Amino acid sequence: MTATVDSKTRQVEIAPTDNCEDETCKTFVLHNEDHTLGNALRYMIMKNPQVDLCGYSVPHPSEKKINLRIQTRGTSATDVLKQGLSELTTVCDHILTTFETSVVYYKEMNPSSESKEHPEPMDT
Amino acid sequence: MANIEEIRTRVRLGEFEVTNGHTTDFPGSYSGYDDAWNQVKFEKKFHIDVIRLTDRDLEFDMVGIDCAIANAFRRILLSEVPTMAVDKVFIYNNTSIIQDEVLAHRLGLIPIKVDPRLFEYRTADDTEGTPEDTVVLELKVRCKKNPNATKDTTDPDVLYVNHKVTTNNIKWLSQGNQAALFKDGIHPADEDVLIAKLRPGQEIDIKMHCVKGIGKDHAKFSPVATASYRLLPEITLTQPVEGALAEQLKQCFAPGVIEIDNIDGVLCVVSVDSAVCCRCAVGCVCVLRARVAAARKDTCSREVLRHDTIKDCVKLTRVRDHFIFSVESTGALPPDVLVTEAIKVLQAKCRRVLQELEDVDSDDQ
Repeated sequence: MTATVDSKTRQVEIAPTDNCEDETCKTFVLHNEDHTLGNALRYMIMKNPQVDLCGYSVPHPSEKKINLRIQTRGTSATDVLKQGLSELTTVCDHILTTFETSVVYYKEMNPSSESKEHPEPMDT
Repeated sequence: MANIEEIRTRVRLGEFEVTNGHTTDFPGSYSGYDDAWNQVKFEKKFHIDVIRLTDRDLEFDMVGIDCAIANAFRRILLSEVPTMAVDKVFIYNNTSIIQDEVLAHRLGLIPIKVDPRLFEYRTADDTEGTPEDTVVLELKVRCKKNPNATKDTTDPDVLYVNHKVTTNNIKWLSQGNQAALFKDGIHPADEDVLIAKLRPGQEIDIKMHCVKGIGKDHAKFSPVATASYRLLPEITLTQPVEGALAEQLKQCFAPGVIEIDNIDGVLCVVSVDSAVCCRCAVGCVCVLRARVAAARKDTCSREVLRHDTIKDCVKLTRVRDHFIFSVESTGALPPDVLVTEAIKVLQAKCRRVLQELEDVDSDDQ
């Protein structure tokens, strides 16, 4: 992988560092992403025991990009990122099916609630 | 060990501070815990319970997930689930006192009840629009004097015809094969939203183009009025709270959070009931004890910690992985559909970056 990739065509690039050969420490620049993906991805990557450090930053609030830093205990940082992304996708899959099942169950239990125009305010 | 479990799973509300606010269950943080990601373990623990679902409101509990991911859904609901909104306003005539640009802004903020999944995004250089990416609406109202109005009336509703311009006046102009696709027509989500007021002789004649967009670009595209979550509150009484203190404790929380039981089960001599007590100090020997009845209703005000007499009797915490989501739709899509769309958006983000990384790999080879 080259140190810099054209940001016009690529959504992901690797920030240039002094030690480009070190596969275990990398800073990825994710264009058009923010805290939404950054924080969720950081959590998934931190859950990987191979990871020494994972953090992200938004360098400037009006630039739509985040820097995601990964340092590992030996495995390739790119592989760790890929694993994190695919794990997050699997998590979303499970959440989606669980949510849909719960909604179907709720609608079965409460057949009339769907069409209620003005629900009674809940007692809080 | 019990303390470690609490640090891992609870957020503690202190009198002046919140402790254990951060997620710490990462591999290597605690000896004796396997904190590596495990999909099977996650699926075992994770569950969702829908509490309330109407055509506009949704409340559900999402249990067994980290706030990083729950927050991603909240953020996506606010700013990345697409809807259709008025984006181009063609003003043929506007003699009302509302300026063109203010009127255009007001029209933009009106929620339109149409499924955005059936449309494409309109390209930036496209000014005409196609039936696949644009919904055309028309607003054509002219105010007149009511000839039948009685002479002495001052009520504008009687004096004038069409003096209130509302969302009811917005008509859909079907483009291409849209009429076949949208059998029920396309309307604003709410009736009777006041857009402008007119006086006789004034006229509004407008055509609007609704396009698909996301809340990130403009708040008018946001599909939710609010989307928020709170952590499940938990109140633990560390010692029995009885008598006057029990009453004081009850007053510190929202109604229904703390209930008071007459624990000795003996009839209260004054109120003649074993469940309730007269609570008069004179002639009553009942033992009243506070009980946490519904911690969920707690507002987490921490009022109780201001009272020195009872603050050591309670421990206020919140369950770190129990999210009570509340989603209020603006009306374009039902709230449950919005949540499924939000989950799909996060998935799409992951796939996009993953695809990119794999493309780079294959380019290098």
